[in-house]
Amino acid sequence: MSTTIRDTVDADAPQFYCTEEPHPENGTLLGFWIYLMSDCFIFASLFACYAVLGTRYAEGPSPREVFDLPMLAVNTALLLLSSVTFGFAMLAMAKDRRGATLAWLAVAGVCAAGFVGLEVREFAHMIAAGAGPDRSAFLSSFFTLVGTHGLHVTVGILWLATLMVQVARHGLDETNRRRLSCLSMFWHFLDLIWVGVFSFVYLVGVLR
Amino acid sequence: MSAPGNEIDGNVGDPRGAHGHPGDGGIAHASLKGYLTGFVLAAILTVVPFWLVMGHVIDDAAIASAIILGLAAVQIVVHVVYFLHMDTASEHGWNMLALIFTAVLVTIVLGASIWVMYTENANMMPMASQALHHAMGR
Amino acid sequence: MTPHRSAFLHFLLGRLTLSAIPYDNPIIVWTFVVVAALGAALLATITYHRLWGHLWREWFTSIDHKRIGIMYLVLAIVMLLRGFADAVMMRTQQAIAFGGDLGYLPPHHYDQIFTAHGSIMIFFVAMPLIVGLMNYVMPMQIGARDVAFPFLNNFSFWMTVAGAVLFMLSLFIGDFARTGWLGYPPVSELRQSPGVGVDYYIWGLQIAGVGTLLSGINMVVTILKMRAPGMTLMRMPVFTWAALCSNALIVAAFPILTAALALLALDRYVGTHFFTSSLGGNVMMYINLIWIWGHPEVYILILPMFGVYSEVVATFSGKRLFGYSSMVYATVAIMILSYLVWLHHFFTMGSGADVNSFFALTTMIISIPTGVKIFNWLFTMYRGRVRYDVPMLWTIGFLFTFTIGGMTGVMLSVAPADFMLHNSLFVVAHFHNVIIGGVVFGAFAAINYWFPKAFGFRLDPFWGKVSFWFWLIGFWVAFTPLYVLGLMGVTRRLSHFTDPRLQIWFQIAAVGSVLIFLGILAFLVQVYVSIRRRDALRDATGDPWNGRTLEWSTSSPPPAYNFAFTPLVHDRDAWTDMKRRGFVRPASGFQPIHLPKNTGAGVVLGALSLFCGFGLVWHIWWLAGAAFVGIIAVAIGNSFDTHRDRHVPAEEVDRVEREYRRRLAAQASAP
Repeated sequence: MSTTIRDTVDADAPQFYCTEEPHPENGTLLGFWIYLMSDCFIFASLFACYAVLGTRYAEGPSPREVFDLPMLAVNTALLLLSSVTFGFAMLAMAKDRRGATLAWLAVAGVCAAGFVGLEVREFAHMIAAGAGPDRSAFLSSFFTLVGTHGLHVTVGILWLATLMVQVARHGLDETNRRRLSCLSMFWHFLDLIWVGVFSFVYLVGVLR
Repeated sequence: MSAPGNEIDGNVGDPRGAHGHPGDGGIAHASLKGYLTGFVLAAILTVVPFWLVMGHVIDDAAIASAIILGLAAVQIVVHVVYFLHMDTASEHGWNMLALIFTAVLVTIVLGASIWVMYTENANMMPMASQALHHAMGR
Repeated sequence: MTPHRSAFLHFLLGRLTLSAIPYDNPIIVWTFVVVAALGAALLATITYHRLWGHLWREWFTSIDHKRIGIMYLVLAIVMLLRGFADAVMMRTQQAIAFGGDLGYLPPHHYDQIFTAHGSIMIFFVAMPLIVGLMNYVMPMQIGARDVAFPFLNNFSFWMTVAGAVLFMLSLFIGDFARTGWLGYPPVSELRQSPGVGVDYYIWGLQIAGVGTLLSGINMVVTILKMRAPGMTLMRMPVFTWAALCSNALIVAAFPILTAALALLALDRYVGTHFFTSSLGGNVMMYINLIWIWGHPEVYILILPMFGVYSEVVATFSGKRLFGYSSMVYATVAIMILSYLVWLHHFFTMGSGADVNSFFALTTMIISIPTGVKIFNWLFTMYRGRVRYDVPMLWTIGFLFTFTIGGMTGVMLSVAPADFMLHNSLFVVAHFHNVIIGGVVFGAFAAINYWFPKAFGFRLDPFWGKVSFWFWLIGFWVAFTPLYVLGLMGVTRRLSHFTDPRLQIWFQIAAVGSVLIFLGILAFLVQVYVSIRRRDALRDATGDPWNGRTLEWSTSSPPPAYNFAFTPLVHDRDAWTDMKRRGFVRPASGFQPIHLPKNTGAGVVLGALSLFCGFGLVWHIWWLAGAAFVGIIAVAIGNSFDTHRDRHVPAEEVDRVEREYRRRLAAQASAP
């Protein structure tokens, strides 16, 4: 009797505890998805700033004068290629082919590096031409939005490199699979944000 | 809110056993066909707006802008479906619920911010707002 | 000094010079002396008792959600003392600075004090209070062993500490922002605030904000993924529901604060023109963004406390919570609506009648689900056998105080009325009415309620009641005069007044702040007395209040693994259900339990973030850069460490559980 809580006991008392330790599903992928959702709000703030301040040229250059659409097309293609090649890496991972996974990851990483390189070149040109982020509110919001996206891609490349080392070292174990799945979401998410950037910032920008 | 909860509901007595894909998150339904379909659709939805702008296809800037933003919205859905493999089943629907929650609030942030700041400009800075009209009309 | 050397010093120390140390200000010097003496005494005590190793191994590096929760609460109480000291200084200044008497605080010092008071109370008192409580209680309420990401939890805590330390450093090195707690531009822009104050503010909040966001994600995933079998969403305790909604709001709102502060930082560091008054910048965009975060933030703070009151009312009325589903739906409704009301903070901006009407209506609508909750609590008490223990006293104090605060809020939601009351002391009285009456009272209810769970003995009820009555009466004496002054049109943030007729009200308010001070003191005495009398206040059962939810089904303090066996839930109020249907505590069949290992990475990352922030504030670029590279290196290095688990052997579980059953038996056989 000493182990019961109450003296009166229901006849049909059910089981109140699991005799086998239940294993809750790993929460990493859901957690990372929720992190991406929170990142949406950072980008939403920056898009809102561009929407509000993007026409404040302050007698400085307008989008038509500073945006280079052919280069933008190349950049967009690079990021889309990077996204789909990352997808191929995930397919190779699903088939447990380490070499192919690493190869596709490398292709995706190179495409993304090309994207960042072109973006840095674009920024350098604009700043050299006197259209830097301190010139007008339009340029402030442009550099910040596009730069924040570029910074995300850069972090993604760093993360990709780390994971390639880990996959090469430990193989496609459960941890690395989970991490690659997270990075895959991050990668496609950045491509998704870029759709908003090239449409709303660049294309609609030059139409004004 | 109740749909995702029912998943757990049916699980009493068979804790966590019913779902055979622990952590099946975002990659469960990936296939080569899916990626290629997504890639082709995304490429088309990217080329069209570039062509609209670079080829000066539509004269009215407002209409062209609306089309471009519409295409962008469609492309975002394509990315979500074919690249992020979002459907109502992954993570018992929590991924989708989080996405819908975010989409609603992001729409509020963007829409209301633009509305609020636009009316503020119109009321408080009539000169600047005229310049804005002028700039948008170009 | 040669120019070469000066360039070197500039590289080494940025804009940090000896003159940054305010040794000419006696108030700060004396504060420093007192803080340094107390700090030295504390460090000496820890060293004398050889506690450093224990603290490091068992607390600082702990990934146990219970320990982290307690550390959050300790941080909150320490920072409450700092924030309250600021409050007393303001009340004293305003009580004496009339006519020819300029008081003892020059305006530039007074402005720092009200900025520090507001930002510290929200970010480093209220936030750690709710995060700490959710950390401690929520995983046990859902029958989990820990949160979803235990290491992240430790990291989040140390980022919050790093932000708090950066805020505190501004007291003795340089100065703090003079902008008000939200750092409105243009006054927070470089031209108007060239010093380090705003930079301390920005980087302190950014660092702490990382911690808050990650902790929000962590808890959402914990609730969605780690509930014990059988605990459906509609069987979750209301506190857990409130935690879910509050953390969902953290995920949705804090990134916007991060973005707004980052843009302000860019304006100050890079020379962009987001919120400047020139080259196209728009000041109001900052105010728009910061309140998109700011209004959900007040619900982030109050929702968990609504959860606390729900638990306390049900337990101390000995009844099920009245209208559980309506309580849940009201919480979800508040979560969504809280994202639609932010403009009521700046009706006077001039967006016109359409915009103001929309946001006035949404603001009035949000009071409806809140009203539903008030009635649910009242109906739970109705015909219940209400026990007036200390947590219940705080709850009743809340019902009375918060309802009045809510009604003055509805008054302010009427846009034309707000044009009269905007920026007045009426607003100050209103938000203190809801934050003290809601969040602070809730925190004290929660601390009194769950303290025996955390430490195995109750808090002394006598001093708890003393603390409660001083707080309740002190609150009304301090803030009723501010309502009156606000209706007279007195604006906030003034350090000097000319009209002598106002003085009496400020003097009454100062008396109120002294009463609140006695309330805080009584709380500290309560903790001290309780520790001294811990044997008399001991609770062996783990369930001192006849609780209703799962956290009361385990021993006090709970073992590291919380539950020897994961509970199987059949009903709402799972523990009441178990007690009613004769739950028999298992005596055999224990299995080894898998838990994560402690790690020092969180402390290291927090410290590096602190250095990075300090470097950014003082333009010591090498320090900021090196610390930033260090953060990335530690994060990457940490990802290579895959041995993160430990097992509690079955024999150990058996031993702990046998000891608990022995204590239960001893308690049961005692008269």
